[in-house]
Amino acid sequence: MSEITAEQVAHLAYLARIDLSPLEITSLTRDLGQIVDSIAKVSEVATADTPATSHPMPLTNVFRDDVVVPSLTVEQALSGAPDRAGDKFRVPAILDEE
Amino acid sequence: MPNAEMKNRAELMDFDTALELFEPVLGFEVHVELNTKTKMFCGCANEFGSGANTNTCPTCLGLPGGLPQVNKKAIESSIRLGLALGCEIAEHSRFARKNYFYPDTAKNFQTSQYDDPICHDGSITIELESGRLVTVEIERAHMEDDAGKLTHMGGATGRIQGADYSLVDYNRGGVPLVEIVTQMIEGAEHDAPEIGKTYVAAIREIAKALGVSNARMEEGNVRCDANVSLRPRGSNVLGTRTETKNVNSLRSVERAVRYEIQRQATVLAGGGTITQETRHWHEDTGITSAGRPKSDADDYRYFPEPDLLPMAPSREWVEELRLTLPEPPAARRKRLQAAWGFANLEFQDVVNSDLLDAVEATVAAGASAQAARKWWTGEIARLANAAGVAADSLVTPAQLAALIELVEAGTLTDRLARQVLEGVIAGEGTPAEVVDSRGLAVVSDDGALIGAIDAALLGQPDVLAKIRDGKVQAAGAVIGAVMKAMRGQADAARVRELVLERAQAIE
Amino acid sequence: MTYLTKLSAAALSELLVSKQVSAVEATRAHLDHITAVDTDLHAFLHVAGDAALDAAAKIDARRAAGEVLNSLAGVPIAIKDVLATQDMPTTAGSKILEGWVPPYDATVVAHLRAAGLILLGKTNMDEFAMGSSTEHSAYGVTRNPWDRDRIPGGSGGGSAAAVASFQAPLALGSDTGGSIRQPAAVTGSVGVKPTYGGVSRYGAIALASSLDQVGPVSRTVYDAALLHDVIGGHDPLDSTSLTDSWPSMAAAAQAGLTDGALKGVRVGVIKELAGDGFQAGVTQRFTETLALLVAAGAEITEVSAPNFEYAVAAYYLILPAEASSNLARFDSVRFGIRVNPASGSLTSEHVMSATREAGFGDEVKRRIILGTYALSAGYYDAYYGSAQKVRTLIQRDFAAAFSQVDVLVSPSAPTTAFKFGEKLADPMAMYINDVTTIPANLAGVPGMSIPIGLAPEDGLPVGLQIMAPAKADARLYTVGAAIEQLLEARWGHTMLSQAPALTPTEMFASKEGAV
Ligand SMILES: [Zn+2]
Repeated sequence: MSEITAEQVAHLAYLARIDLSPLEITSLTRDLGQIVDSIAKVSEVATADTPATSHPMPLTNVFRDDVVVPSLTVEQALSGAPDRAGDKFRVPAILDEE
Repeated sequence: MPNAEMKNRAELMDFDTALELFEPVLGFEVHVELNTKTKMFCGCANEFGSGANTNTCPTCLGLPGGLPQVNKKAIESSIRLGLALGCEIAEHSRFARKNYFYPDTAKNFQTSQYDDPICHDGSITIELESGRLVTVEIERAHMEDDAGKLTHMGGATGRIQGADYSLVDYNRGGVPLVEIVTQMIEGAEHDAPEIGKTYVAAIREIAKALGVSNARMEEGNVRCDANVSLRPRGSNVLGTRTETKNVNSLRSVERAVRYEIQRQATVLAGGGTITQETRHWHEDTGITSAGRPKSDADDYRYFPEPDLLPMAPSREWVEELRLTLPEPPAARRKRLQAAWGFANLEFQDVVNSDLLDAVEATVAAGASAQAARKWWTGEIARLANAAGVAADSLVTPAQLAALIELVEAGTLTDRLARQVLEGVIAGEGTPAEVVDSRGLAVVSDDGALIGAIDAALLGQPDVLAKIRDGKVQAAGAVIGAVMKAMRGQADAARVRELVLERAQAIE
Repeated sequence: MTYLTKLSAAALSELLVSKQVSAVEATRAHLDHITAVDTDLHAFLHVAGDAALDAAAKIDARRAAGEVLNSLAGVPIAIKDVLATQDMPTTAGSKILEGWVPPYDATVVAHLRAAGLILLGKTNMDEFAMGSSTEHSAYGVTRNPWDRDRIPGGSGGGSAAAVASFQAPLALGSDTGGSIRQPAAVTGSVGVKPTYGGVSRYGAIALASSLDQVGPVSRTVYDAALLHDVIGGHDPLDSTSLTDSWPSMAAAAQAGLTDGALKGVRVGVIKELAGDGFQAGVTQRFTETLALLVAAGAEITEVSAPNFEYAVAAYYLILPAEASSNLARFDSVRFGIRVNPASGSLTSEHVMSATREAGFGDEVKRRIILGTYALSAGYYDAYYGSAQKVRTLIQRDFAAAFSQVDVLVSPSAPTTAFKFGEKLADPMAMYINDVTTIPANLAGVPGMSIPIGLAPEDGLPVGLQIMAPAKADARLYTVGAAIEQLLEARWGHTMLSQAPALTPTEMFASKEGAV
């Protein structure tokens, strides 16, 4: 049923922001093909009239009151940052230089 | 073929020609930021202007292990907003994850709604300046959380282009938003830009009247994405649409829609094609520029948020909330204008100055509508403008009503009343207290006036003689002397009456 | 003081409460044992050392001052590295989180501290809990105390090995598809996956949000119950947390020790979780246990769960899909490592992609790509959508079964501990290994694994899985404690007392096969 191509895996890797090596793309293409073949059988029993279950417990309307609770301190918030400038997280340029 | 990107507005086809060739089809996505005390999914404060990253926690910072908890007040506000837009409130609704990577999005997915929005199928009718009524159909209004704020550094312009690096403040991350999505608006014709402006103004006004948002566009509380496409006259095939992002003032909405119509018409008439893409509005140059093209990369992989449970707002709750809805702003405006008897221009002046509430409250406190309007849009607006603050932050409606009452009772002249107003604004107390402490009341005691008048008449016997001879206009000199003696605190009309009386009476 | 490490948490608690032993002594005994044996086993990624001794001294001081403390106060515990701890690194077995110290405690960790338990350290696991062998940890494997050439199970191999090797009487685990129960089975320890929503997930680094559940790991059913009582209950920070008030699991376990506890208990044997693919010694011990149950007055019924056949497939769609989204936050912006790309421009996007390439291991990448695929446009309905429907069918199978019986049983795992590397090359072979444990996660029902003997062919532990209806966790403890008592009476000892000794000197002897 599934025909996973290397291009597909490369595209998925882009969506998932993982810079896979060509070797990894090859091996993942093979793995994914095999896995998808064995898991595709879910569609055999999933008939149109079967409702989907997204949560194991059927709860609804779980809400919180609009009451402020203490936040982390700025130092706690930034404690794990790989890079910072003052009280902000610092990230590389968003766009490629034009 | 002309370039799809206009370097300046001079290359544009003019608006009327564009409309002759094409029919514009519009759509709007308006984001309304809710003014709840806390964020959408955590207890961090939802406030504007705090120190960077002071309102963050494991949940809104997207730390490993953080989990969301839904703010009930945000749901309530969304339902009320939906009801005010004539929407159905879904019996079953749920959150979904919209997956995409961006540094301002802490979890690298936005918690939004996909196939089960909380509100759907509403409409509002807006009135254009021409009196034309346009009904805008609302497809859906759904909840989602806002992203953090990026600051682009190192470039010359502070823009994302050319920046060396960017800084992230996650205070805004997780703030609740309601996104209101319209159906396609057809038949807009020449009114397209005005429809855009008026529609966004109406949403803003409704959100404000409901109290669910601060609704300040300049602070980004209301943000508009405008979708525009053109269909050649005589065709029923829809054109490719562009989505102009974050158009953040009413005037910009109008300009951006007009610009996109002209730009697309220029491209299409030149044989070019429109790319489906997001575009950015530039307030300074008055043009839009191409952003990201829509493509496969926009595969957001929506799926139901597993960390949150479905919602099933009970019909009782929805009806309870419906009872809390204020009068629709448009209906309220009609009612107030009729009740106050204002001319259109007078009423528009009040509305445009955002003083409807202030005037209404002042009238409720006992003042006449005209006096209330005159003070709010006149002297108070002038002082507020000079101080760079909102007019209704200077005095309360009750204080103004008291001031107006003093004027109408003759205790104060307009000129004195302005001095009393200054005292009230300076915090010297109620108008009555300022009158006392500054000794500003009109001298209405005839005895005191008569003394001054007699003195003035006797001091100018030639004038007295002229008045006695019936040359009434000569009285002006005496009136002036009396007003001066009274340091202005006298009613000039009464002084004149008494001068004429005393001129005949005194020995 | 080495005898202190041999005690159950309950027995140690008695000595602590009666002040015959101090928390510092108990903690030091465990730290010493860790030093002695863990270089080889590698159950721990981080050992708290002085911090644990300081915490123990505080408990001793409070107890000396006459304060009435939780009965587990002063008892050491090991924490799976998937749980956020604000005084210890938390890596989830991944390089991408190397050295990260969270600014907050997971709710369950906060409960432990409040109850006065002593946090010994963080235990090894498959990276982000993806695996059944702990071979996918970025920090090296953990060895099975029964045979150091074999896996300790996974993903919570570190917690199970720590408990089975007496480095801690208690540990916390997390179970998404068997990560508590399967390691318990292959190390001869006890592990419980509570009802979904019974224990807070706040602060547990999410693998698959709708499947994950934190639970106790121990050497006895009663110890697990004591720990369950400390960590369970409603947490408003976890929206999926149940608001029910729970009975005492410890009392439920005690009830299992009374005469006739199993009399009339209806036990269902799941037809689909037996037979082909199950190791002979596993089936043998399982069958013997059923006979023991019958002798104790239980009624055994065979029940069918026809849709369990699709459970593994549904699981390997739902888990990767949720995981692909849950793991998106590892982007080198707010925490974790940052790696610059070897070539190309240094944009945010490139740095993120290079970091995720370098920071994630093969299995994590495999599942993220699979999950991204399952959710992508055009495939959602066929894959993720269908998998959620299978979930409904599996819940219906459980409902039908529980209309006939009180508890369901099966072997906890199809085989005993396999050798390192045996299933690494074939991901599906590794995935199929979870066939017994996955259905409970898909349905949200509670499950427990207890040791029921050694497989004759390899002398390795075999586990019995007991499952109960949602929210009937107490039933697991009653039945589990009863079976444990029957088995130990028959053996004349606990199972773990038969594990090879692990003193450093004997370590090499055992490699020669001397034990
Ligand atoms: Zn927060």
